[in-house]
Amino acid sequence: MMDDAFALSCPATSPEGDLVLLAHGGGGRMTERLLDSVFRPAFDDPLLSPRHDGARLELASPLAFTTDSYVVKPLVFPGGDIGTLAVNGTVNDLAMCGARPGFISAGFILEEGLSIALLTRIVISMRDAAQAAGVRIVTGDLKVVDRGKADGLFINTSGIGSIVAPCPVEPASVVPGDAVILSGDIGRHGIAVLAAREELSFESSIVSDCAPLAEPVLALFAAGIAVHCLRDLTRGGLAGGLVEVTETAGLAVEISEPAVPVREDVGSACELLGLDPFHVANEGRFLVFVPAGQANAAIEILRRHPVSVGATAIGTVAACPAGQVTCKSVLGGTRIIDMLSGEQLPRIC
Amino acid sequence: MKFREEYRDPVAARGLSEAIARIVTRPWNIMEVCGGQTHAIVRYGLDQMLPPEVSLIHGPGCPVCVTPVDYVDKAIEIAGRPGTILCSFGDMLRVPGSGGDLFGAKSRGADIRVIYSPLDALQIARRAPDREVVLFAVGFETTAPANAMAAYRAKREGLQNFSLLSSHVLVPPAMRAILSAPTNRVQGFLAAGHVCTIMGFDEYEPIAARYRVPIVVAGFEPLDILEGVYLCLRQLEAGRAEVENQYSRSARRAGNGPAQEIMREVFQVVGRRWRGIGEIAESGLALSGAYRAFDAEERFGAVLAREEVAGECIAGLVLCGDKKPLECAAFGTRCTPEHPLGVTMVSSEGACAAYFNYRRTAAE
Repeated sequence: MMDDAFALSCPATSPEGDLVLLAHGGGGRMTERLLDSVFRPAFDDPLLSPRHDGARLELASPLAFTTDSYVVKPLVFPGGDIGTLAVNGTVNDLAMCGARPGFISAGFILEEGLSIALLTRIVISMRDAAQAAGVRIVTGDLKVVDRGKADGLFINTSGIGSIVAPCPVEPASVVPGDAVILSGDIGRHGIAVLAAREELSFESSIVSDCAPLAEPVLALFAAGIAVHCLRDLTRGGLAGGLVEVTETAGLAVEISEPAVPVREDVGSACELLGLDPFHVANEGRFLVFVPAGQANAAIEILRRHPVSVGATAIGTVAACPAGQVTCKSVLGGTRIIDMLSGEQLPRIC
Repeated sequence: MKFREEYRDPVAARGLSEAIARIVTRPWNIMEVCGGQTHAIVRYGLDQMLPPEVSLIHGPGCPVCVTPVDYVDKAIEIAGRPGTILCSFGDMLRVPGSGGDLFGAKSRGADIRVIYSPLDALQIARRAPDREVVLFAVGFETTAPANAMAAYRAKREGLQNFSLLSSHVLVPPAMRAILSAPTNRVQGFLAAGHVCTIMGFDEYEPIAARYRVPIVVAGFEPLDILEGVYLCLRQLEAGRAEVENQYSRSARRAGNGPAQEIMREVFQVVGRRWRGIGEIAESGLALSGAYRAFDAEERFGAVLAREEVAGECIAGLVLCGDKKPLECAAFGTRCTPEHPLGVTMVSSEGACAAYFNYRRTAAE
């Protein structure tokens, strides 16, 4: 309470009020003012300060290059917001290529009427996330669209990173016998976002797992682990990640259901809503495919990092049936794990 | 976790499976009524833990699967009207009507909201007094009380812009219809534990007596289902046909009084067509006279009964337990969750979807 009483705030608002206006996207003085008041103070980077059309980078090859667009409702959820997602998502995609994330771009599409206070909060989240992940936001873009044409704001980030992996880290490198390691418990992000949607009268204390994953990944390479493939688990959940790799590799994966960690509250929420945690979204979990003989060493390294402290082996790669992920249930029965055709829908009863 | 992990214990499951094997002397067909039970059976491979003499037949208890196509069409029509908001459980959005589904309607601009509780629809109506808010009220006795509560509260609050499109169905008439069919193979039932939590199970006693079938009220966890099968087989082997309660941690003989009371207040029992099965007398719930003002059919015109087009889909036979999904020629080839020929492949509780999701290896 003391903190609240002494919290400093600035009651002054900009002359336009505290909402994003179409004119903020016009490329004129209003755009400059928005950049000056919201973006430049947060994204304070020498590469940005020349106010040029692009950033000049000095890089050693080979490089990984990735892009992703972020749309999430609500914009702010327990454990993060669209800004944290936009930075971590791209950082993680680079890490999954076996690269050290270096530079990212940020493109914003703002909806007319968006609260500038909220925008500022999101931009500051991006700054913090970039600092935490050790990447620099070096170029960007801003557009404003009519009210009703975007869900508050959309963000696109692209990223470049220097590859540190000695061999290609991709599904084609996976071989039969590889161990499949999962970096922690699944389903937190999806449930946190679902619970934060205002139309849901569903409350929980579940916080998104949204986090940068480069650190533990780089540690694996630094220790000389022969990582064959990495895959971060995002909207398709664990099932989506496993099926993508398995199908592309043309191999089979069998996982053990009891080995997959699901927190009790996440499991209960899934049970209540009729969702399968295997298909629920994550933003801070990844799969590692390594030779079986290095699995324990890899797990030990991963567990030294807070974001992957729950790393555990969940399955193994086999040659056939090609392209199929199967799962041994707690009772010993085997079932197929597949991608969903669309999004997972809560069932009626 | 309490009430979850202890019902998935592998050692206890093996114990039940062995106990079942010990008492079975001849072939038996047991139907699990509820789609939730079907999913648990296929997901955990419970049928693989039973001796070959015991066949589990999947029943009609998938609310999405049995909702008639004309109600889906009506919901799409209502959702497409300017100024309306259609509220539905997520499951219903993928269910094909005669010319598309609610997802398609949404993409064409209809305001369709996925809700998790009927009371959420009520809240939407309160916040948007200038819009007509329609709740697509679907399901068995499990969802009826909450939908009834939404209508009850709307009436009490004098909410003018809220109505229900009710396509509720009831379990006991469907069980009677299955048992009366000349092709019936069902010799015992696992009744749906959640339905019985609401309705109790005294209404099943006349069915057990008249058709000489044991009916075991069972839960949805692996051990619930295995124990339910065990109790059912014990009766069958002993020549008994009684109602027995495996799900005693939730279901009571008389059920939940207040829930039944609100259902009686808001709904009346009517004849209902079931998708793929046909008309079953006194098998549905419509809004009662006192709640006519909240009936979407009063507000937006009655649902027009449509002849179901007979296609390649055998969903009706699957829902009645006459066929298993893998016996369908289109299964997994011309019929998949992405391109479903019938609703049993669409709904997460549909038997065909369960087999597709968990059992394709068996089919190949």
